[in-house]
Amino acid sequence: MEIIQVVVIGLVSTIIILLLKDERPEIAIQLSIACGIIIFFIMLSKITAVIQALEQIANKVNIDTVYLNTVLKIIGIAYISSFGVEICKDAGQNSIGSKIEFAGKILIIIMAMPIIMAIIDMIIKIMP
Amino acid sequence: MIILTDIGIIFKIATVGIIVAILDKIFESMGREEQATLVTLAGLVVVLMMVIGMISNLFDSIKTMFQF
Repeated sequence: MEIIQVVVIGLVSTIIILLLKDERPEIAIQLSIACGIIIFFIMLSKITAVIQALEQIANKVNIDTVYLNTVLKIIGIAYISSFGVEICKDAGQNSIGSKIEFAGKILIIIMAMPIIMAIIDMIIKIMP
Repeated sequence: MIILTDIGIIFKIATVGIIVAILDKIFESMGREEQATLVTLAGLVVVLMMVIGMISNLFDSIKTMFQF
C-alpha cells in the first residue's frame, strides 16, 4: 500500500510548508522539492517494472528499439521539465516556468524529428 | 549520501527552517540586523546542500531509467 505512504508524506510536508511559508519562503520551496523527489523515488521501482514490460512487448512485436528509446527519452524530458515548471510556478516565477516549458517542447520536437522523417519517407515510398 | 525514500529529510529541512526563523526573530529584536541576515543565509545554504544532492540523484536515476 504505497499510496497511503505517498499521501501521508504529501500531507505532512504540506502542513510543514504552510507553517514555514510566511517566515522562510525559500526554505518552504526547497521542502516542496524534497517532498516531490521522495515521492518520485518511492514510485521508482514501479516505473522500472512498467518500462521493462514495455520493452518486452516491443521485443515480441519486433519494433525497432530506436523508436522505443525515443519515446522513453521524450517521457523523461517531459517529466523533468514539468518538475521544474511546477517548482518555478509554486515560487511565483511564472515567466521562468513558461520558458522551461518552451525549452522542453523544443527538445521533444528535436527528439521526435527522426520518427517524423521516417513516416514521411514511408508516405513518399507508398505514393506513386 | 542521503538515503532516498526517507521521510526524515523533510523533518530535517523543517527543523532548519523553524530554527532559522526563531534565530532571525531573536537577532532582530536584539537589534543585530546583519547577524540575522547571516543566519538566514547560513540556513539557506544548509538546506540547499541537502536538496542539491537529492536533485542530482533524481536526475541520475531519470537518466538511467529513460536511457538517455
